[in-house]
Amino acid sequence: MDDGVILAADDLTKEFKGFFAVEGVSLKIKRGQIHALIGPNGAGKTTCFNLLTKFLPPTRGRIIYKGQDITAMSPADIARLGLVRSFQISAVFPHLTALENVRIALQRQRGDSFDFWRSQKVLLQFDERARALLAEVGLSEFEQTEAGDLPYGRKRALEIATTLALDPEMLLLDEPMAGMGHEDVDRIAALIRRISADRTILMVEHNLSVVASLSDTITVLARGKVLAEGDYASVSKDPRVIEAYIGAGHG
Amino acid sequence: MSAAVETDNSGISVQQARGGMPAHHAAIFIALLAAGLVAPFLLYPVFVMKVLCFALFACAFNLLLGYGGLLSFGHAAYFGGAAYISAHAAKVWGFPPELAILSGTLAAAILGTAIGALAIRRQGIYFAMVTLAFAQMVFFFSLQAPFTGGEDGIQAVPRGMLFGLINLRSDITLYFVVLAIFLGGLLMIYRIIHSPFGQVLKAIRENEPRAISLGYRTNRYKLAVFVLSATLAGLAGSTKAIVFQLASLTDVHWSMSGEVVLMTLIGGMGTVFGPIVGAAVIVTMQNYLATMGAWVTVIQGCIFVICVLLFREGVVGVIARWVKRPL
Repeated sequence: MDDGVILAADDLTKEFKGFFAVEGVSLKIKRGQIHALIGPNGAGKTTCFNLLTKFLPPTRGRIIYKGQDITAMSPADIARLGLVRSFQISAVFPHLTALENVRIALQRQRGDSFDFWRSQKVLLQFDERARALLAEVGLSEFEQTEAGDLPYGRKRALEIATTLALDPEMLLLDEPMAGMGHEDVDRIAALIRRISADRTILMVEHNLSVVASLSDTITVLARGKVLAEGDYASVSKDPRVIEAYIGAGHG
Repeated sequence: MSAAVETDNSGISVQQARGGMPAHHAAIFIALLAAGLVAPFLLYPVFVMKVLCFALFACAFNLLLGYGGLLSFGHAAYFGGAAYISAHAAKVWGFPPELAILSGTLAAAILGTAIGALAIRRQGIYFAMVTLAFAQMVFFFSLQAPFTGGEDGIQAVPRGMLFGLINLRSDITLYFVVLAIFLGGLLMIYRIIHSPFGQVLKAIRENEPRAISLGYRTNRYKLAVFVLSATLAGLAGSTKAIVFQLASLTDVHWSMSGEVVLMTLIGGMGTVFGPIVGAAVIVTMQNYLATMGAWVTVIQGCIFVICVLLFREGVVGVIARWVKRPL
C-alpha cells in the first residue's frame, strides 16, 4: 500500500470534554515533500501535530507511519522510528551549551544512556559531528554559549541542528518561524529547503509567504476539520479557504 | 585521551567539553580530603561524623533535585528506613558493620525502586506529595512494627569489627571509615553527574518534552536517578545508625525530609559541593545552639527566609557566580 505515502492519518479525532479540537482529519503526506498545515487560530493545527507525534492520545482514528500502525506507541518510541518533531516555543536545553545540546541528540546513537558509572569522555566521539551540524546552521561561533543566552532566531537554528542530529526521515516543525524577524525567517526558510532534500517535512506555519514558497502540498484546517488540500495556487483560490482563512481583504 | 589542558579564550569550557575533571574541582576534592583528615583532631569526631552523614544525605538528595529536577519530600524514608535495617542487622543478626551498612543501603534501594516507580508518574507538586505520602507510610510502619522498637528506636547498636579486623569502638577509627564512605559517595555522585547518563538527566531537567521528542524514554531515567538518590541516602542513614549506635523515629520523621531540602537549598541546589556546606551549617547550628531549645527551629526558619530572599542560588551557588565556574 506504499504509494509514496510516508505518514497517513485516518479519521483522527480529539475530543476535549465535548469540544472537538480535531474531528475526522485524514491526511496523507508523501515521501520527500514539504507539506504545510495551515488554518486560522484555533483550527486545531497544533492539536493535530500533538496527535501525530503522540504527545496527545487521540480519541479516535489511526496513524500509519511507513506502513506501521503507530497509534498506540509512546512519543519517545515514535522519535526512535525517525519521526521527530519540533515545538512552537523554542525547545533547547537552556543551561547546556550549544554543542552539548546537539550532542544530547547524537548521544541517542549509543541507544540508552543509563551508564552512570562511565565518564562523559565517551561523548567526545560525537563532538566532531556536533560541530559539523552547528556549522551547517551557522552556529559555529556559539558552540560554547549556553543555549539560553542565544538570541531567538539562533535558538530555532540550534533546535533544527539538534533535530537533524537524529538524522530523521521525517520532521514535524511546529511554527518554525513564529516570533522571528525578517532576516531570521529567510535564513531558516533556506535551511528548511536545504534539509528537505532527502527528507519529508510536515510543518505548521502562519507565515503565508513562507508556506507559499516552501510547500509542495498544503492542507487547510478550520474548526478541527480539513477544509481544502492542494498546492498553494489551488488552495489560495478556493473560495472556502478565502472565506475561512485568508479573509475578504485578500480576495 | 589524556586530560591535556588546551588554552583557548575559554580554557575552562574547552576542558569541560573534553570531559575530564576540571582543575578547580580536583582542587576542591583535595581540599575536602585534607580538611577531612585534619578535622577530627580539631573538632569533636562524633560531630564531624554527623556532618559527614548529613552531607552525604544532602548530596544524594541534591542529585535528585538539582540534577534530576525532581523534588522529593519523602527522603527521610530512605535515610531512616536504611538506618533501621542497618541497626537491626548489626544488633539482632550480628552482622559486621560493613554488611549492616550494605543491608541498609540495599533496603533503601528496594524501597526507592518501589516508591519511585509510582511517584515518577506524577509531576511537580503532585510528585512531591506522593513521595511525602509514602514516607508517612514508612513512618507509621516504623512506629508500629515490632522490630523498630517504637518510640525507643533501636538503641545500643554495636559498632563491631570492620571486616572482622578493625575495632570501630574508637571514635577516631570509625571517623576515618565514615570519611571514606562520604568521599566514596561524593565521588560516585560526581561521576553520575558527569556521565552520559548525567547529560541525559540534565536535558530532561531542562526540557522534558524535548528530551522525549529526541527519543529518550524519560520516565526510565527519572526512575533510575530516583533509585540512585534513595540508595545513597540509605548509605548515609545506615552509616549514621552505626555512628550513633541508634536508629530512631527522628530519622524517618517528615521533618527530616524537610531538613534535607533546607540543607540543599542553603548550600546551593544543583551545585556539586553546595549540599555539603548546607549540611555543615544546619548540623553546626543544631549542635551549638542546642541549649536554645525550640529557638533553633526559629533561627533555622529565619536563615532559610534570608537565603531564599537574598541568595536563591545558595551559598555555593553565589560563589560559583562570583568565580564564574560551576562548583
